[in-house]
Amino acid sequence: MRTWLRSRTAWWALLVLGLCPLAWLVWRTFTDQLGANPAETLIRATGDWTLRGLCLALAITPLRSVLGWPELARFRRMLGLLTFGYASLHLVCYAWFDMGLDWADIAHDIPKRPFVLVGSLAFAMLALMAATSWNGAIRRLGARRWQVLHRSVYAVAVLAVLHFWWMRAGKNNVIEVWVYGLVLAALLGWRIWRRAHNLRGA
Amino acid sequence: MGRVQGYSKKIKMPNHLYSLVGADWTDMGYSSFATRRIHLSSRDITPEAVYQSRRDILMGLATGTASLALTGWASREALAQTAGAMPLPGKSSAVPGAVTMDKPTAYKDATSYNNFYEFGTDKSDPARHAHTLQTQPWSVAIEGLVKKPGNYGLEDLLKLSTMEERIYRLRCVEGWSMVIPWVGYSLAELIRRVEPLPGAKFVEFITQADRKTMPGVRGGALDWPYVEGLRMDEAMHPLTLLAFGMYGEVMPKQNGAPLRLVVPWKYGFKSAKSLVKIRFTDKQPLSSWEKAAPQEYGFYSNVNPLVDHPRWSQATERRIGEDGLLAKKRKTLMFNGYEPQVGQLYAGMDLKKYF
Repeated sequence: MRTWLRSRTAWWALLVLGLCPLAWLVWRTFTDQLGANPAETLIRATGDWTLRGLCLALAITPLRSVLGWPELARFRRMLGLLTFGYASLHLVCYAWFDMGLDWADIAHDIPKRPFVLVGSLAFAMLALMAATSWNGAIRRLGARRWQVLHRSVYAVAVLAVLHFWWMRAGKNNVIEVWVYGLVLAALLGWRIWRRAHNLRGA
Repeated sequence: MGRVQGYSKKIKMPNHLYSLVGADWTDMGYSSFATRRIHLSSRDITPEAVYQSRRDILMGLATGTASLALTGWASREALAQTAGAMPLPGKSSAVPGAVTMDKPTAYKDATSYNNFYEFGTDKSDPARHAHTLQTQPWSVAIEGLVKKPGNYGLEDLLKLSTMEERIYRLRCVEGWSMVIPWVGYSLAELIRRVEPLPGAKFVEFITQADRKTMPGVRGGALDWPYVEGLRMDEAMHPLTLLAFGMYGEVMPKQNGAPLRLVVPWKYGFKSAKSLVKIRFTDKQPLSSWEKAAPQEYGFYSNVNPLVDHPRWSQATERRIGEDGLLAKKRKTLMFNGYEPQVGQLYAGMDLKKYF
């Protein structure tokens, strides 16, 4: 298993797997299988996959440490970029299908719906991380600064759950929000626990 | 791909027969206003029993033929929901504003995209779970400030007045809309028969909340039972409909069987489903959504593009099944386009304050 994880095939397999939800959505769009409200389906599905991607990307480090499999680290960047990809699609679907690319309407909509603002902020942070995800950027920024910048993924996780919760709160429909919230809280909690543990050990 | 399309595509029905099916289906969905008018006369001269039996035959043919063409799981599921549906025709309503020219929404969309929290909060939940709803026996308790309180059986309510077909726009508070051909009669017909006392100023509608048959009632999304209310003059308005069916058939369970309210100029949640109690009171009822979020949902909840929901704009809407993915959303109309009929009910009222 660990040998396979180091192979090129594993890298490609994950990429193909990560693009499957997109392919499925494109297929449903062109075969008219998105239900009664296709715009809503697309916006929600891309949002859901962003949250799932975020959970998976943030699970890499705990898994690596718990299993003792350093090979997993090489998938973190790809998962992060896939997450950014789904977040971008989410934003495009909102601006295009919900708002008809009418910038005046969007400007009016954002203060009306603070969760849109929260989502945009999370997206901006993801975009910064995506832009500095290549090896050259690490060299140029210096490992330390790069790491600080990329720790903003924790803030993104909190904002993403807040964005989702705020969207659902009005309908008292928050079970799914709790699921994502608990998964992300566990993944962040593990990091805090480990840090506290290491400090005590030192 | 539902039965409605199979209906017209598979059976090349002669034009004059369309009138016999209680409603004029076309490949695009429902009929145009013009066709309905033309055929109305032929339907009127057909004796009810003959009309009924012919319609049943056509119905059976349609279902049989359509099922051959159905392949996907979703389609089979949609069929299962409707296969047992009984016809419930209505004569075209003469009430001003009761028959919109807008193209009716596809039956499949109207029966698979629903807000009916008693069966779950996702819009696909009602179509999946509402089959457990028991609609027989059913009665509606009339209570409060009336001369003739009591339990009114569904059979009696069905016979209480002539069934009319009304094609109403339905605007959901969430920003989407449909056009539904309902079958029923003005709530005023029932109200007049139970004779409200002079002190009755409001009508409260209480709906079914059965933990055994409604999975959503076991969850805590709202305080059950779901309650709605209208001012007496709103309840008496001829457009306020007590609906028993839609698309020429008995009301599907996911749409609020066996009888529901339809108030076309208010956001959809005001049109309470599966009614079990109608109470006449002197105090303004507290509706479920008002109770859950008073800053967001008011008692009136009239469709109004100028008064935004605190968390989103109400200026535009997406018409389900019509406005394509890339189409701009359409402008929402004042009182959902029923301003000529209902505007005077709110003359002089500050609609921002009484939202």
